[in-house]
Amino acid sequence: MDLELSEEQKLFRNTTAKFLDDKIPVEKVRELNKAGGGFPAELWEQGAELGWAALLVPEDLGGGSISGNGFQDLAIVAEEFGRLVTPAPLIPVNTVIAGLVEGAATGADHSETIEGLMSGELVGAWAAYEPKGHWDPLNPSTTAAKNGGNYVITGVKDRVEAGDVAGVFLVSAKTENGVALFMVPADAAGVTTELVDSLDFTRHHALVRFDGVTVPAEAMVGNENSTAEIVERMFLVANALQCAEMNGVINRVFEFTVQWAFDRYSFGRPLASYQALKHRFSDMRTWIEICNATADEAVKAVNNRSQDASRLVSVAKAYIGTKSVQVIQDCVQMHGGLGVTWEHDCHLYLRRATTDRQLFGTPADHKRRIADLIGL
Amino acid sequence: MSDQMESVEDFRMRARAWLADNMPKLDPNKEYNTNRVADREWVEHRELQKKLFAGGFAGLCFPKEYGGQGLSLAHQQAFTEESIAYEMPLRLNVPSLSICSGMLLDMGSEEQKQKYLRGAISGEIILCQFLSEPSGGSDLAGLLTRAQRDGDTYVINGQKCWSTYAYAADFATCLVRTDWDAPKHRGLSMIIVPVHDDATHLQRVRMVDGSDEFCEEYFTDLVVPAANLVGTENDGWTVGQRQLFYERQAVGGGSPYTSGRAPSRGSSAGLTLENLAREVGKDKDEATRELVGWQNALDTVNYQLIKRVTVGMTSGEYPAMSSSMMRLAHAEIPQNKMDAMLEIAGDEAVTSTVEGDGYLRSVGVQYLMRQGASLGGGSAEMSKNMISERVLMMPREMAADRDVPFREIRRGR
Repeated sequence: MDLELSEEQKLFRNTTAKFLDDKIPVEKVRELNKAGGGFPAELWEQGAELGWAALLVPEDLGGGSISGNGFQDLAIVAEEFGRLVTPAPLIPVNTVIAGLVEGAATGADHSETIEGLMSGELVGAWAAYEPKGHWDPLNPSTTAAKNGGNYVITGVKDRVEAGDVAGVFLVSAKTENGVALFMVPADAAGVTTELVDSLDFTRHHALVRFDGVTVPAEAMVGNENSTAEIVERMFLVANALQCAEMNGVINRVFEFTVQWAFDRYSFGRPLASYQALKHRFSDMRTWIEICNATADEAVKAVNNRSQDASRLVSVAKAYIGTKSVQVIQDCVQMHGGLGVTWEHDCHLYLRRATTDRQLFGTPADHKRRIADLIGL
Repeated sequence: MSDQMESVEDFRMRARAWLADNMPKLDPNKEYNTNRVADREWVEHRELQKKLFAGGFAGLCFPKEYGGQGLSLAHQQAFTEESIAYEMPLRLNVPSLSICSGMLLDMGSEEQKQKYLRGAISGEIILCQFLSEPSGGSDLAGLLTRAQRDGDTYVINGQKCWSTYAYAADFATCLVRTDWDAPKHRGLSMIIVPVHDDATHLQRVRMVDGSDEFCEEYFTDLVVPAANLVGTENDGWTVGQRQLFYERQAVGGGSPYTSGRAPSRGSSAGLTLENLAREVGKDKDEATRELVGWQNALDTVNYQLIKRVTVGMTSGEYPAMSSSMMRLAHAEIPQNKMDAMLEIAGDEAVTSTVEGDGYLRSVGVQYLMRQGASLGGGSAEMSKNMISERVLMMPREMAADRDVPFREIRRGR
């Protein structure tokens, strides 16, 4: 819902929606899934031409947005992605870009990488999780040992979205001075990737091994003193985009489920006429309205770099992470047995929302984070 | 418009200075109990309202010709933010200003507005609602109180209940039946009646938490001037709907006519979940931290929802019944809070020492009224009907009384 969007943002939403519906409607996503999942490279490149990877890039590097509110515009794209379960590395690439932009002030120049990412030819992935580890991006066991003018990176990262096709990884590792982030090319000697199974077919996640990978000192993004700040920015960007995407998912699922309730008859009357079901639809409608409200506020806060952005993002992730899957499961229930068949679209959406819910902090993680942030 | 509206920021500065000079500072140690009102508060709050009125800060969103200031919702919100640290006439917000006055502004005659609306804004008069009856809660239009036209007067007989703060009010907007042969919605009229009259027996109703803010009234040949009819005779349902709209808006927290902010429902002053967690020594307990974090999220999204739906309804993008979503959230979220409080207070929730140590009163007894949040101001179930039927446009519930003359409709005993 676009209550506070400008006219040009509304137009941007419409053209994005139309583009996605033309290029990659849900039937096409199903075909891709049948062929092994992941995203079509040309779709991402075409999207990049439309600016999907430029919205967080400063204007002097060729980025920017028409509205002047790049993150809001990006969230519009994420929401449309959710509506059609679009397969493309929107969140990983933009999260890496956010990290590179944030680190520019305190470290080496990575504008060439940013330009590559912006063009869509280069895919970047944030290698933040480690095997069996929970979300704890500032506490890696991966190490970066100083060796003359180079660093030697050793460790294993897991749940790296788009890790199979990424040209560069943003890797967190322990140095002698703390924790730092490094840009590591996927073709560097000692990097191996292995696809893992993912709940969401449209997304490939990989296990990435760094076996004594040598990178120059300039591969560092920012420095050890600014790592926490950079990671925080990436964390907020990733979570707010997930929220926007989950919102797109539930708005779409709710739409086709309401339509189903009007179309489906039993005992001579539509499902939509049963009070027991109407009341559940009303609950869902209310929760979705709240999801829309809180996602908008989180996106706005990240866009404006508000003081309260950390808390507002965690509020949105805790709420939407909790309610999105609840709404989808309720919608599955409304479809009866059909809802749990392979043929029905429900599971495509449930896979997407569940994946968003679980990564970069679960609702429970975010609830505890809120308690920290309010000083309990 | 000839005169430009003052900018919100200019207004905020002016309000800040005026409040500091004129309004008493809130005593942080003074308890503001959302459920019980001390008798002295009614006297104090009338005086506070008169002060606001004299200073040009009463009824900010009401038109100037009726004693308001003709300002926008943004001005009201700014004033509310500025006034947090001051004593405010909070008791007059609901129902007097937000519900009854809102309705009168839209539906009242010029004479009624000059008398009752201006009176409410200036602090001279407190209004309340006489709507519900013992015969039925959600089925408001099935009400049985009758008004018989007699020359220039109406004669009223019957019984009302659930009238909040009626004992402290001066006048009530009373929905009555004026035609028993018309179908139920088409035989109603809204009439302004005095609350305190020899023909009216009023008594307070004691609730499970010991509060007695609700009243019930028995009318025996109560005579009021026919000029007190709001709108036209037998069109009372239209008038009542308008009043109910303001009620949902007020209960959901989205009214433009309330001024100042009270602590949220179901909590005593100062007892936040964070403080409770600290006091009982559970602030480092992970499960408790999750409960506290979640409630903070819920309170935040509730505020965000109100803001969003209010914007949507003001711009006309959302149907009026969208306010029912605020009403639903306003049931679920305070109830979650009470559950969390009970959980955190644990074994201290059910007893207190004579000195008041323990959480019997602030948590245990509050919990007894938990369902009040999904009952008061129209049940949550009615809101769910509204959302499904008026927002999602799903088929209406079967009604056995539709288009049937009221006197033929079957009633319980």
